[in-house]
Amino acid sequence: MAATKGEKLLEVSGLSMDFGGLRAIDNIGFELFAGEIVALIGPNGAGKTTVFNCITGIYEPTMGDVTIHPPGGTCRRINGMKPNSITSLGMARTFQNIRLFPAMTVLENVMIGRHCRTGSTIIDAILSSRRSRREEKETVDKSYRLLQKVGLADVADEFSRNLSYGAQRRLEIARALATDPFLLLLDEPAAGMNPQETHELDELIVRIRAEEQVAILLIEHDMKLVMNISDRIYVMEYGKEIAQGTPREIKENPKVIEAYLGEEVHA
Amino acid sequence: MDFEYLFELLCSGVVKGSIYALIALGYTMVYGIIQLINFAHGEVYMIGAFVAFIVTGVLTLSGHSGLTVLLLAALAAVIYAAAYGYTLEKIAYRPLRNAPRLSPLISAIGASIFLMNFVQLVQTPDFLPFPELISDFDFMEPISRYLSSVDLIILIVTTVTMIALTVLIKYTRTGKAMRATQQDMIMARLSGINVDRVISATFIIGSVLAAIAGVLIASRTGQINSAIGFTAGLKAFTAAVLGGIGNIPGAVLGGLVLGIAETLGAGYISSAYEDVFAFGLLVLILTLRPSGLLGKAVKQKV
Repeated sequence: MAATKGEKLLEVSGLSMDFGGLRAIDNIGFELFAGEIVALIGPNGAGKTTVFNCITGIYEPTMGDVTIHPPGGTCRRINGMKPNSITSLGMARTFQNIRLFPAMTVLENVMIGRHCRTGSTIIDAILSSRRSRREEKETVDKSYRLLQKVGLADVADEFSRNLSYGAQRRLEIARALATDPFLLLLDEPAAGMNPQETHELDELIVRIRAEEQVAILLIEHDMKLVMNISDRIYVMEYGKEIAQGTPREIKENPKVIEAYLGEEVHA
Repeated sequence: MDFEYLFELLCSGVVKGSIYALIALGYTMVYGIIQLINFAHGEVYMIGAFVAFIVTGVLTLSGHSGLTVLLLAALAAVIYAAAYGYTLEKIAYRPLRNAPRLSPLISAIGASIFLMNFVQLVQTPDFLPFPELISDFDFMEPISRYLSSVDLIILIVTTVTMIALTVLIKYTRTGKAMRATQQDMIMARLSGINVDRVISATFIIGSVLAAIAGVLIASRTGQINSAIGFTAGLKAFTAAVLGGIGNIPGAVLGGLVLGIAETLGAGYISSAYEDVFAFGLLVLILTLRPSGLLGKAVKQKV
């Protein structure tokens, strides 16, 4: 179900995560509205991926709240929930270091994403029931459509490990979209891509937002990409939030410049 | 050289090996998904045989024909064993999911000993005669020297079961989820797969295979007791390791190689040393090819 523009989809407040004595993220809060592309940036080790892991259920945050508001559904506090339940509620993600299923074909990788939206059991399969056949066909059709969208339909039967780096990243996006998310989290989607691939990715992300009606939360180091496509940006450093605003505001924010370039030296 | 004798041994080896393979599949599937050697797997096989024995006893009294009784007994064994596999995972392994790897292993050994003694207590520690349910087929008469009618049924059932398993894993929704879980459990979760349910399904499928093997062996050897699970489990485990644990075709190959090696050794040298050949082969393969016949070497990052 499509969300109306401007509707709040995700709210994170007071989020902290400790690893032993180390506070990896400290009192982070942000919001995401329907139709938005929001970027989370910051130097290496700032805690951006930890934020993603807390939101998607890989970690249970030490403190704070993560609440999602599925369009047309009721608002849910999701910290502590299992990752598969969170995915079922409509949040999907990709990884900084690509995590495809290497010994499965490109098509199968996307079909795995459909798992939580289908329900046929082994018994259905043995009986080859009408439901399981129809479902299987729908799964394949939808997966092909997504592969076309990311430009991988012609390599659908290749093993995913044989794809180029850029193609693997796009496959991860297709698999994430297969779960029917209303919220897509992309962790450094442009990492390791050449300028041409990055440019194509840029267009892909904007197109996905329009066609799939998903809001996108993005971690990225490629500033050109971030400034190009983001509506709003949150900046983190050492686990803390140091700035937020539009791309233009962020570019001119002295704190951000300092975090990235180091303090100005006064002679 | 007496080729006829060799052929006779080979046939018997293949029959034996295909049953080892059926049990080995349960070990290898569970290992593939949660890296656990399910030592209680042999006991599930033994329980399958016992359920079949009990059901057979009841049904024979009510005067059904042999093959019907066998089918119904096998069905009961399969359902019962599946329930055992499912419960075993829930009670003995799931609470230890995030514990160090040694803990579930010890728990598995404990579960194995418990189940063996449980059956010994509620049934009997003695050998029980398993009735002969399959009467000899007439068309098997000319080759009965190589292959008995029971052997033929064993070969057919194991082949069909293995094909069904392959199709299940390759093409069904559950099978895909199993492969995904095996390749990357966290990513499977994030793709919306209920991993706990997939693990349960794996235990159920493995137990079903073990129960089928239990009924088949019982009708071949004609006797069962509460300790048969231990030996068969150990052999099947050997077969799984031989083929490369975690690898499904490997388990089948390992089972066949083991069965043939055993019968050849027993036939040409001495049947008293049957187990020595089986485990000697294991030592040999592990020395020369530690990851098994079809297993891939595990690269470990340091």
